[in-house]
Amino acid sequence: MIRIAISALLLASAAPVFAETYSIEPGEGAQERLQEALILAEPGDEIVLAAGRYELTDGLSLDVDGVTVRGAGMDGTVLDFTTQAGAGEGLLVTSDNVTLRDFAMENPKGDGIKSKGADNIVYYRIRVTWTRGPHPENGAYAIYPVESTGVLVDGVKVTGASDAGIYVGQSDRITVRNSIAEANVAGIEIENSRNALVEHNIATRNTGGILVFDLPDLPVMGGGNVIVANNLVVANDTPNFAPPGNIVAGVRRGTGIMVMANEDVLIENNILSGNPTAPVMVIAYVQPYDDERYNPLPRGVVVGDNTFDGGGYDPQLEGGELLKAAFGGELPPVMWDGLGSLYVTGEAPGWSLNLTEQGVGLGAAQPAPLAAPTPEAAFDRSGIGAPAELEARLSR
Amino acid sequence: MKLGTVSLLAASLLLTGTVIARATPPPEQYVNDAAIMDDGLPRLLSAYGFFADAAAQEPVPHVYPYRLNTPLYSDGAEKLRFVYRPAGTQIAASGEGLLDLPVGSALIKTFAFGEGEDRRLIETRVLLHRADGWLALPYLWNEEQTDARLAVAGARIDLTTPRGEDISYRVPNKNQCKECHGLGGEVVPIGPKARNLSGDWLKQMVAAGHIDRMPQGGDQLPLWEHRGKASVEDAARAYLDVNCAHCHRPGATASNSGLDLRWEQEDPRALGIMKRPVAAGRGAGDLLFDIVPGDPDASILLHRMMVSEPGVAMPELGKATVDEDGVEAVRKWIAGMEPR
Repeated sequence: MIRIAISALLLASAAPVFAETYSIEPGEGAQERLQEALILAEPGDEIVLAAGRYELTDGLSLDVDGVTVRGAGMDGTVLDFTTQAGAGEGLLVTSDNVTLRDFAMENPKGDGIKSKGADNIVYYRIRVTWTRGPHPENGAYAIYPVESTGVLVDGVKVTGASDAGIYVGQSDRITVRNSIAEANVAGIEIENSRNALVEHNIATRNTGGILVFDLPDLPVMGGGNVIVANNLVVANDTPNFAPPGNIVAGVRRGTGIMVMANEDVLIENNILSGNPTAPVMVIAYVQPYDDERYNPLPRGVVVGDNTFDGGGYDPQLEGGELLKAAFGGELPPVMWDGLGSLYVTGEAPGWSLNLTEQGVGLGAAQPAPLAAPTPEAAFDRSGIGAPAELEARLSR
Repeated sequence: MKLGTVSLLAASLLLTGTVIARATPPPEQYVNDAAIMDDGLPRLLSAYGFFADAAAQEPVPHVYPYRLNTPLYSDGAEKLRFVYRPAGTQIAASGEGLLDLPVGSALIKTFAFGEGEDRRLIETRVLLHRADGWLALPYLWNEEQTDARLAVAGARIDLTTPRGEDISYRVPNKNQCKECHGLGGEVVPIGPKARNLSGDWLKQMVAAGHIDRMPQGGDQLPLWEHRGKASVEDAARAYLDVNCAHCHRPGATASNSGLDLRWEQEDPRALGIMKRPVAAGRGAGDLLFDIVPGDPDASILLHRMMVSEPGVAMPELGKATVDEDGVEAVRKWIAGMEPR
């Protein structure tokens, strides 16, 4: 044991001793200087971006393991992509064990920061903003880790994404916390992913606050083991501004927390206020599909104790006025389509569409108050969230 | 079955036969194998010694020019392609896919704009097969056209395309090379797949002992300039294979899209037919499906080919202008599909 401890210590201290620091300043040639540093860096190196505004015309990319890119704060170091002329995102990361922290990115033409196949990545105190606010021609995703194992998103702020502010796709072992998602179509979206913890975030002024989706026809499917807890999900009432082709274009204005086609999702200790369609919505995948590997139903979704301030008082649903009237002027806060399995542990008034078949739409609905059972066993929290090593990196 | 290339043999014979015959420069110049194999990034293209006359793109011995039946569109650039194999080695044929180039090999591709006297070499991209894998490096030509220097961060150059469009041409940075050349985390060549090389070139390379044997399934993709003689489907599928499938395939940069545009893919859904986009964002425009049979204007795939705006345009890299010919080929294919 002692020997192991010592060698671990040596490993841990090796990086700082030999690591190099690349200091980058804004101004003439920043594009080339920064990109060169991103290429020439070696594992353990740190790229330090001085405060200021960097005018960038092309997407940046990082493909070296173990590099830290550190700015002087999300209000101090701003990578400005307003005049971007090429590439699909502001920064693309394709290597493992990367830490991105303390800088901002404004107006990227496509996505903000995309990390693909980049295991154990940390996004810490990053800001991605489309400065004109909600607009269909803003980029799709602000923070976009995909096909990765080990993702920690902590203290970020995302505004104006025409799809999702924080989007984690086809990944495993994920934590999204302490972050603010404002005025995006989807605030935070966990898609086709497993073992995700979404906690202590603020989702406000989005079309939908926090979405947990599983979609067909993708290399990675079978999303589940997700905890959505202790989030402030308020006033998500921005009209949907996504281009129609996207799945989030179907998200109704005023959706708080939405689960679609996932298994084992726990929603607890959130504060939900001012989400006029449905504070909590649990439904099956709505489109027809023919992917045999795909399960379109929500299974084992648990709504625990949450604080609801109002329910669906202005639902963007077909027949919304009639529904409201039928439920006494306001829809109860938890909406289920009646497919798959839903459990309720706390005080959670709800209603069900009582659909009996996936993909038939609201036409077949037989709305009635929700009668959901309590779960048979405690929710299994094991293995959910980013590996502890990622959190340890924040204190360096 | 993707035939239709037999009638094109004569044409490709004309093209490739002459090129190989011309590639016999003075015998005293050879490639610098150390530059390819050693660690480090040579700062100048001349360090490799690929060319006897760089400005004329005249190669030294063992550097062989080749062309692709259907090439990747690069804003209309003329592309001069060469393959080098070190002495004592042989290129191995393995089916219709990539030629298996031994360690020490190099692929060299020069991008040029302008005709005749006005031709200017803009950049040369090299792929080096080192002991630990392939390495992709971009080199930028100087004003005097005497040499090209390493530009790891890439560059932008104002130029006019053959169609007369004034563009800001992007030389990719070293990482962006990998965006197209990445497969399963490794850098790999894309171009020299046997199915996209002319049968005559392959025969000559085999006859000369450069390639070990004739590959199975070579020379399937139509010659792009003669695509009118191929089937509409072959022309479009060849275009998509060459221009899109290096990313849109399992294990590559756009794998998460679930779209697989390789020549050999037969599953309609994987090819995008009535497939919904996943992470297209505003790239989808107002459209719902990648390909709507019989309705090209409702197809996201074509929509993204038809724009040059970053964030929407496909491919994401190496494109400042729309490839009208490619658009037409893909449009015809989608238009001819049975509507559902």
